[in-house]
Amino acid sequence: MIPTPNVDWLALSPVLALLGGSGVALLGAVLVPRWMRRALGAAAAFAGFVAAGILAGIVFDRTPEAQTIIAESMVRDRFAALTQIILAAAGALAVLVSWGERRRFHGAEYYALLAAAGSGMLFFVQAGNLMTLFLGLEWFSLCLYVLCAMDTERETSLEAGLKYLIVGSFGSGVLLFGSALVYGATGELGFEAIAGADVTSDALLLAGLAMLIAGFGFKASAAPFHMWTPDVYQGAPTSVTAFMSAATKAAALAVTLRVLVTAFPDQEETWRIAVAVLACASLAVGNLAALVQRDVKRLLAYSSVSHAGFMLIAVAAANELGGRALLYYFIPYGAMSIGAFAVVAARERELQRPVTLDGLAGFGWERPFLGVCMWAFMLGFAGFPLTGGFLGKLYVFSAAYDSGWWWLVVVGVVATAVSLYYYLAVVRAMYMRSELELRLAAPVAGGSPPSDPFLTLGTGACLAVTVGSFFLVQPLIDLAKDAAAQLPL
Amino acid sequence: MSLTDGLILLPLAGALVVWLAPLPRELSAGLAFLVALGEVALWITTAGRFDFGDDGLQFATSFEWFDDLGVSYHVGLFSWSLWLVGVSVVVCAAALGYALVAGRDRARAYGGLMLFLTGAIVAVFAAQDLLLFYVAFEAMLIPIYVLIGVWGGPGRLGATLKFVIYTMAGSLLMLAAIVAYGIGQGTFSLVDGPTSDNVWIFLGFAVAFAVKAPLFPFHGWLLDAYRESTPEVAAVLSGVVSKAAVYGFIRIAIAKFPEPADDFTVPILVLAAVGLAYGSLLAFRSPDFRGVLAYSSMAQMGLIVLGIFAFNDLGLDGAILQAVNHGLVSGTMFLLAAMVERRTSTGDFDRLGGMAKGRPALATLLMTTGIIALAVPGAATFAGEFAILAGVFDQGWGYAAIGAAAIVLAAMYVLRLISAVLHRARGPAVSDAALDLRPAELMIVVPLVVCLLGLSAWPALVSDRAFPNDAATAISEALR
Repeated sequence: MIPTPNVDWLALSPVLALLGGSGVALLGAVLVPRWMRRALGAAAAFAGFVAAGILAGIVFDRTPEAQTIIAESMVRDRFAALTQIILAAAGALAVLVSWGERRRFHGAEYYALLAAAGSGMLFFVQAGNLMTLFLGLEWFSLCLYVLCAMDTERETSLEAGLKYLIVGSFGSGVLLFGSALVYGATGELGFEAIAGADVTSDALLLAGLAMLIAGFGFKASAAPFHMWTPDVYQGAPTSVTAFMSAATKAAALAVTLRVLVTAFPDQEETWRIAVAVLACASLAVGNLAALVQRDVKRLLAYSSVSHAGFMLIAVAAANELGGRALLYYFIPYGAMSIGAFAVVAARERELQRPVTLDGLAGFGWERPFLGVCMWAFMLGFAGFPLTGGFLGKLYVFSAAYDSGWWWLVVVGVVATAVSLYYYLAVVRAMYMRSELELRLAAPVAGGSPPSDPFLTLGTGACLAVTVGSFFLVQPLIDLAKDAAAQLPL
Repeated sequence: MSLTDGLILLPLAGALVVWLAPLPRELSAGLAFLVALGEVALWITTAGRFDFGDDGLQFATSFEWFDDLGVSYHVGLFSWSLWLVGVSVVVCAAALGYALVAGRDRARAYGGLMLFLTGAIVAVFAAQDLLLFYVAFEAMLIPIYVLIGVWGGPGRLGATLKFVIYTMAGSLLMLAAIVAYGIGQGTFSLVDGPTSDNVWIFLGFAVAFAVKAPLFPFHGWLLDAYRESTPEVAAVLSGVVSKAAVYGFIRIAIAKFPEPADDFTVPILVLAAVGLAYGSLLAFRSPDFRGVLAYSSMAQMGLIVLGIFAFNDLGLDGAILQAVNHGLVSGTMFLLAAMVERRTSTGDFDRLGGMAKGRPALATLLMTTGIIALAVPGAATFAGEFAILAGVFDQGWGYAAIGAAAIVLAAMYVLRLISAVLHRARGPAVSDAALDLRPAELMIVVPLVVCLLGLSAWPALVSDRAFPNDAATAISEALR
């Protein structure tokens, strides 16, 4: 007889709550009258995300010590719980941003998939061995593939879905292959067990480690594994892009840090260099490619590649300050990212066509609130003070300096300087185009722009987090400190 | 809450109110001006209660911002930084007054940004924590960027780009230096932090300040920014924002890095002297009003840096006095340039001339300010320049010689400016419809000129109260 493991339901509750929300939305998609499907789906998904966030908060509160649960396949610790809170918040904001999307079919299924993807990510960050890791990865990836292709009437959406499916599956395959090699080398699946195992073949283990890092790189869209990012971010429905850019990246990077420090402490010197190389490549590719973009979603996609680079600097630092920096960085970055895509979504709905930099001309004066929000998000991305983006960068640089790699600070500083050009180009487009150009670019044929209170609310919340994380850094950093302390950094 | 907090928070709160309150244009601009006047009154109160016999930090507030890196909100004023704050609030108030008179578009945003800039500048001069200093230093950049980019002249986009790239290149180097210093020492506090002898960290700071001042050869952004911005923004930029470099050099580069500062004295003095001479020559060759002011501003900053790096009482006292003088002179001159441009829609000397005839107020004010600017004996600027040159003489007679030669050049470019605008034959852009200064304009410029005349009568008001005891000792002891 196979012994049944003891299940820690509380630790699983965030995942289950969100899965429940997804189930309700899915049932609603077929069982309730057509007119209320979308509302029910959105409400269920939103409630699921909020409940998951609250439950993760309870788990955070009641987990003074990290522990493995369910036959050592999952982890219950504050690191996972804090990441889950951030992911859940990102999901809830994504629901708000999605509401205004006019979709003729699959209104409720969209929200069911969004919640399912979210629960997959929550599961993913709790993974304790290579099996659950892969399970979580595929769980949320499959949902995201469908979400990207959700707008079946738009060719670019289908293209994005297909591209993401193929390249993403390749990434998953690499990760799976890497897992197999690691298992082959150590005979263990659990992260801690891998660290303690007798290694039979160093070559196998290193090859496996390299493939694991590559697999995570695909999901975090770190260069050189970022090729899908611009196309998918551009083609996917903007609200999905918003969710992906904030949540997928945070989940992937949090798991990267966990796997590397718990499973491969002996190889630290090796993977630190590999991660630092990925960070530098991402910073270089992301920033340089973003300089020449005209499409705002594409520009933000490359910007997200460069931010993956900044966060990888924190991973490469591999010290406690780095863990703290990574967790803190998620908060303003997630808010700025969702907020920026939300503003793009608002403009898109107004123009009924993709938003280019020219398409933003005069936006800041037409929609003062969203304009100011976008302004703050761009300054935050560029690391200006009065936004959490500045302190995120400060922490990342401090971690790198503390680990002894001052040259990573220099790379980060140079990358920041380059990034100013394109972030300020967005501000320039919104506020500083001449009257003549404005008239050329203004495409709205009279009437006020479509009002979307939920999107405005969501964007306002993002602004509040972006600015609030600057002033109230102490409580956030305390949380991050408690969380990072439970990793063996 | 101390008075320093008040000086920082009043304009910031005012900025929010002006920006958010749905008032008509004139009322918004008027409200912004009132807040700026309140700020001046608050500064006068602070100065009245200030103990000028004390070298140490006064009106300080400190509370922890985040503890794991040792960062705190720590502000306070030294007697010398009090003067920098004073000249800032006065020039900012005059600039906001001029914005009211000129009736800028989108007055809520304009007034809000100007007040935000004022608060950020005061925060720079009060910051006693490196990270807070950086935050305030960068926070100045945001409103300036928008003020030039939205309200500036036809070449504004290029000007903002140049300005941001130069400034940010400097500030990001400074950020790297701050991280290195702060993580290395375990604190970002300027009061508790020990001194460091790391040359690279020092250079990170020095370059940032050299760009901000600007020192030769970091002045590429200068001309476009001063020419394309609205004149009152240019007044604040050249009169006040450049003084952030003065504060940075004294409070951080010299006080925290005594050995590297000592090692690099010669290169910095040479750059400052070159900037002084070169800026004066360029000012002499400039074809327009603002060009002369821009390059003379660069020359004056070179002179002030000469005084700072003289490392002695005379030089430092002179530098602070000259920083105050230059703030007032530059602010007044840019506002006068604005008034000339408003009447003639040009600043080109080719199209100006003969404006003195029938415009006695304009002529008198421009003449008076110009004479003070060229450091005629008896003027406050003469006292400042004399102290600086006497101070830097200790470091080598060559610097003093270049400085003295530059004063002759200053006389040349200022007199050229005055004659090109006021005298000569009447220029094509000057019509009879261009009237003399109106009472509203006079009410803005005259107080600035009165301040200058007062300082000329009693320069010791600033120079004796900048560093009450020996300045070099004050920097090496009280600031550490």
